[in-house]
Amino acid sequence: MSATTAAVPPKQRPDDAADRPVDRRRGSTLLRHLAIVLVAGVVLVGVSYAVEPFRNFQLATVAAYLCATAGLTVLTGLNGQLSLGHGALMATGAYTVALCQNAFADRGMTGGWLLPLSLVAAIVSTVAVGAVVGVAAARLRGPYLAGVTLAVAVVVPALAVTFDGVFNGEQGLSVPVEPPPLALGPYFPYERWQLWVTGAATLLAMLLLANLIRSRYGRTFRAVRDDEVAARLAGIHVARTQVLAFVVSAATAGLGGALLAVLAQSVSPGAFSLTLSLFLLMAVVIGGLGRLTGALWGAVLLVALPDLTHSVTEMLTLSPAVAQRLEGNLPLAIFGLTLIVVMIAAPGGVQGLLSRLGRALLARRPTRRS
Amino acid sequence: MDRFVFLTVDGLSRGAVYAAFALALVLIWRAARVVNFAQGAMAVAAAYVAYTVSTATGSYWLGFVVAIVAGLLLGAVVDRVVMRHVEHASPLNPVIVALGLVLLIQAVLGMVYGSEFRPAEAPFSRSALTVGGVAVLSPYDLFVFATIGVVVSGLAWMFARTPVGLRMRAAAFAPEVSRLLGVNVGGMLTLGWALASGVGALAAMLVLPTELGLHPHAMDLVFVSAFTAAVVGGLDSPPGAVVGGLVVGLLLSYVSGYAGSDLTPLAVLVLLLAVLLVRPGGLFAPVAARRV
Repeated sequence: MSATTAAVPPKQRPDDAADRPVDRRRGSTLLRHLAIVLVAGVVLVGVSYAVEPFRNFQLATVAAYLCATAGLTVLTGLNGQLSLGHGALMATGAYTVALCQNAFADRGMTGGWLLPLSLVAAIVSTVAVGAVVGVAAARLRGPYLAGVTLAVAVVVPALAVTFDGVFNGEQGLSVPVEPPPLALGPYFPYERWQLWVTGAATLLAMLLLANLIRSRYGRTFRAVRDDEVAARLAGIHVARTQVLAFVVSAATAGLGGALLAVLAQSVSPGAFSLTLSLFLLMAVVIGGLGRLTGALWGAVLLVALPDLTHSVTEMLTLSPAVAQRLEGNLPLAIFGLTLIVVMIAAPGGVQGLLSRLGRALLARRPTRRS
Repeated sequence: MDRFVFLTVDGLSRGAVYAAFALALVLIWRAARVVNFAQGAMAVAAAYVAYTVSTATGSYWLGFVVAIVAGLLLGAVVDRVVMRHVEHASPLNPVIVALGLVLLIQAVLGMVYGSEFRPAEAPFSRSALTVGGVAVLSPYDLFVFATIGVVVSGLAWMFARTPVGLRMRAAAFAPEVSRLLGVNVGGMLTLGWALASGVGALAAMLVLPTELGLHPHAMDLVFVSAFTAAVVGGLDSPPGAVVGGLVVGLLLSYVSGYAGSDLTPLAVLVLLLAVLLVRPGGLFAPVAARRV
């Protein structure tokens, strides 16, 4: 059972919308998701021209976080496995991209295909790590799994310091990224290009995830989460399902980490601390476990909250030292507090509240379906 | 050989602290079926309170006592204000709430005290006494052993021999029956949280002088080590937690002494995974029928 099942009776779960006959008439799930992704892509390109460069960069960061939060939503929300180690998986992807891009740069290689190649390498390496952790995770339950993934989250940044010959210790590595292609014009803003790259990668990942969730595999994920015994009786290989969920989730987390590294053009162990792992979990829980839209809210929160607290601390006239302390810690405190309140008062998160609101509005109108 | 003796003593001294911390985890697990992931952060908060009192009054011992009292209070407050209201239908919920507490406590500490390392003073010398030319125990190690010994035997005596201990065990074992028999189950639960958090605060006071010092994240790795210790012993077994703590302490001491201190986090992870994969119930638990 996951957090959502505690709050929402199974019949009202938004996921079940896909199973209703009304949705059958809308045709193929893949086509519908493709259409959504295409629209989102067009909107994203439009937005990238409409807003200033800094906002472009922020949107790109949201996209990168969305990869990780969506993966975690699949794992925790749909499969019921709690991972505190997704920051470490992001670090794996980020370091892989850094090593690949540096290797390409050292050999003097250039070309538009190098970055996609590095991103694929990042996904492959996190899939490998995710498979190892996932095999262990499939045998563990509840607090044990949380403990192991917590250890992973603490250990992986320490590894970067231990093997500083490869990973350059606390300083980390820089990630050389090529400028936008000349075909776009000489004055094409770099941030807009960053948004295009991360946006494209993220939309592709979201398309694949959304389809996976609605597929046979997605149903087995949920079945294992809701009742392992029943799932096993129904012929589902529980351990294999759990490993698959972990691997998928690791792959997207790795992609997210890789995109973050490309955006920041650097990686360091400090960027992937235990706090990041906790932040990711907070984000998906507050956003709403169990739906990809919840992951989107979570990713937006991750970027917006530090920005908001920054503007708040700027409005108050504080001494620089106090302002600095507040700025680093206020988002953490707000996140922690919100998390506790959400878990106690509204386990469905933002998305849960929104769909409850939506249902309440729909219920007032005479239904077209009946 | 000298080195081996030194590392063994050092490992046992650290292990005693991990044992106390693991014992605190086991206390809450037995009473409420919750692994308190916020225990490290709560213990650091108590240690910061002690730091404030000690620097204001100049007395280490006043700070020491205040830390334990602060730990007890914090545990009770966390149970009454937060954990009591969490839906326990899914094992994920209490874990997530505890992690929210971690973020909240660490952020508040960072806001109040800043995130620089502050020195944590030790009440006794940490340089080792030599016995027959071999450096063995430091006075501080003796202090650690004595304190942990008193606490562990005190808890054992309380649970085995006192009416309160009996009620606490009953409330944890069969809450409904205990309630019918007139046991204040909620009160026992709060008492369990307070005791565990007090022991955690004590462990933090003992371990921080041997670490880098006070920092909002100072107990992150200690928590992971103590969790490993509790798992090695089996989360349900207090004697297991003590043995697990000593095992983890020795392992970490040998690894950092012979292979380098950078590798200790990795060693903890490997041990944790190995124990969980081979004996999920812990090394000292009887092999129970697994829930399928």
